[in-house]
Amino acid sequence: MSQNTIQVDALESEAIFIFREVVAQFEKPVLLFSGGKDSITLVRLAQKAFYPAKIPFPLLHIDTGHNFPETIEFRDRLAKELGVELIVRNVQDNIDSGRVKEETGRYASRNMLQTETLLDAIEEFGFDACIGGARRDEEKARAKERIFSVRDDFGQWDEKNQRPEVFDMLNGKIDLGQNVRVFPISNWTELDVWSYIEQENIEIPSIYFAHKRKIFVRDGMIWSADDDVVFRDEEEEVVERMVRFRTVGDMSCTAAVLSDAVDIVKVVEEIRDSSISERGARIDDKRSEAAMEKRKQQGYF
Amino acid sequence: MKVLKIATAGSVDDGKSTLIGRILYDTKSLTDDKLEAIEEKSRQRGFDYLDFSLATDGLVAEREQGITIDVAHIYFSTPSKSFIIADTPGHIEYTRNMVTGASTAQASIVLIDARNGVVEQTYRHFFINNLLRIKDVVIAVNKMDLVDFSEEKFNAIKGEIEYLASKSEYKGQNLTFIPLSALKGDNVVDKSDNMEWYKGETLMHHLERLEPEDINDVSQTRFPVQTVIRPKTEEYHDYRGYAGKIYGGDFAVGDEVAVLPSETKSKIKSINFFDKEYQVAKRGSSVSITLEDNVNVSRGDMLVKVAEKPTIAKQLEATICWMDKEPLQASQKYYIKHGVNDAQAKITQLKSIIKTDFSGVEENPSALVLNQIGDIQLKLSKPLAFDAYSKNKSNGSFILIDPKTNNTVGVGFIK
Repeated sequence: MSQNTIQVDALESEAIFIFREVVAQFEKPVLLFSGGKDSITLVRLAQKAFYPAKIPFPLLHIDTGHNFPETIEFRDRLAKELGVELIVRNVQDNIDSGRVKEETGRYASRNMLQTETLLDAIEEFGFDACIGGARRDEEKARAKERIFSVRDDFGQWDEKNQRPEVFDMLNGKIDLGQNVRVFPISNWTELDVWSYIEQENIEIPSIYFAHKRKIFVRDGMIWSADDDVVFRDEEEEVVERMVRFRTVGDMSCTAAVLSDAVDIVKVVEEIRDSSISERGARIDDKRSEAAMEKRKQQGYF
Repeated sequence: MKVLKIATAGSVDDGKSTLIGRILYDTKSLTDDKLEAIEEKSRQRGFDYLDFSLATDGLVAEREQGITIDVAHIYFSTPSKSFIIADTPGHIEYTRNMVTGASTAQASIVLIDARNGVVEQTYRHFFINNLLRIKDVVIAVNKMDLVDFSEEKFNAIKGEIEYLASKSEYKGQNLTFIPLSALKGDNVVDKSDNMEWYKGETLMHHLERLEPEDINDVSQTRFPVQTVIRPKTEEYHDYRGYAGKIYGGDFAVGDEVAVLPSETKSKIKSINFFDKEYQVAKRGSSVSITLEDNVNVSRGDMLVKVAEKPTIAKQLEATICWMDKEPLQASQKYYIKHGVNDAQAKITQLKSIIKTDFSGVEENPSALVLNQIGDIQLKLSKPLAFDAYSKNKSNGSFILIDPKTNNTVGVGFIK
């Protein structure tokens, strides 16, 4: 195709269309930014949707306090470069005030506690649309998610009674107190995201690439031993390996994979050949078969 | 890579989820951890086979009842193509979810249980495929292993569907009949040894051969404006970019365009995508367009080439599929969403209910209830620029929203 002609790729075009619908249909949208590759991809798509204007909504990060330091550093720099407002709300505040109780034990994680902080932030700022990077290929409850997903003021997902979503028409009409979760990259696969990052030359946090790290192995999964966030038994042996993270969630629930993919080209190759699903390294999904659905009903994003 | 969107439809227990699980398994698309989870669950439930439906039924209620309630989207690829399958529910009460799944599909698989043959739901599924004008439809006659792989059974079902097709208004549909067993794997990915009488392709072989078809119209230019981009920075002080996705045709710099519904004329000054300018933008592309003149353009307006105007009117006739418990009745008011445009709509006439077994219509009914399909006439609060659904799917469809509940209650196909 000549340089003079533009044919926007179907997935990219769809995502940009969704972003523009959000801005046209809602008064106070926000982009839920975790510092992970999916939300970084969202930021690039939002940039494209409104260029040459700035992204017309803030980024919101629900910080568990257990994020990888690389992610936090990356987050702050990106927001500054784009001139976008960054709102950070801390799970720690709710723990300190006794509103939520922290889990203890081997698999303790602050992942679940994010929900409460998110719902508080939605109320505090009056957000009516929260844009997230969830994809339908990630997990089977997410496979059922609409692009505009209506939540009540408890953040609950009524999975048996979702609005029909036909063609590309998106119904963003809501009652007072309701809000909508919006998923512009619903139809992307993990490989689509990685290929896009490669094609667009998008910068991502360094922990996505293979690096030397002190780790220990439990139940066949690789955990970071570089910090004191992940609970480790005395007898669990610490070794140093080349690893990378395939998803970047809370450190306490994100396991690493052995890898020598040090750059984006190698990462894309690795994903293409992988025999383990992306969320196979997420202990929060392994709690039960319905783990994701239950969290979503309670307002998890 | 090319993406083919496929919808599946079938009655309860026809084995849709099992078929999809089988496709994933035989194309080696199930990752090790997912396969392990299915093996473990199947064992726990005391099955002596792998219950592939566990791969797709994502909700607790679905696994409890062993049925599919809502559309699941499944993604997999073969070396030649990427596939998105919308696994849609078979239950009559979830027909609206089936329409949701099938609306963007380029091909569709209708499953029929070989033991039961064509049942009421089959008529409905086949009818909806025709209403949506899905070009490639596969009639997958499943559970052939339970009818001794009988050619007679298969041919009887084939004859019935061909008879239905002869009554359909939409003649552009390609029908393909495949006998298979999703549970045992016959003719799904691998050719069956049990049905030598069948000389056709396996299901996957057939799907791999289909060309993804663009649902946007090739010929007529349609650019609905979603939002106006005004950066108000020094560098872009006077920039007014009309942002939208091209629903039809190609646009080029210099094209003389009309802004609808006002029909004000101007010329395309520039076409932008992110930080670059282009001479031509192809259909399906989300771009921004600026015009030579300072004309009034806002969300919901449509740019078209001057010689390619659609219908501009304050009333329309459509076939509607009703999706709400509260019935549709004449004289009721709704919001209409036509693409990215909103208006108010009043039902001026409920003309008929269309029987989904192709046996005709019921004239002048009093109401249209959940999952029924009928013909209506609408009066609109402002003029819309629309096409017939048969000409442009994106610009020929709309949804109705109940102002009391804000729910999407119907999907319409403009005549």
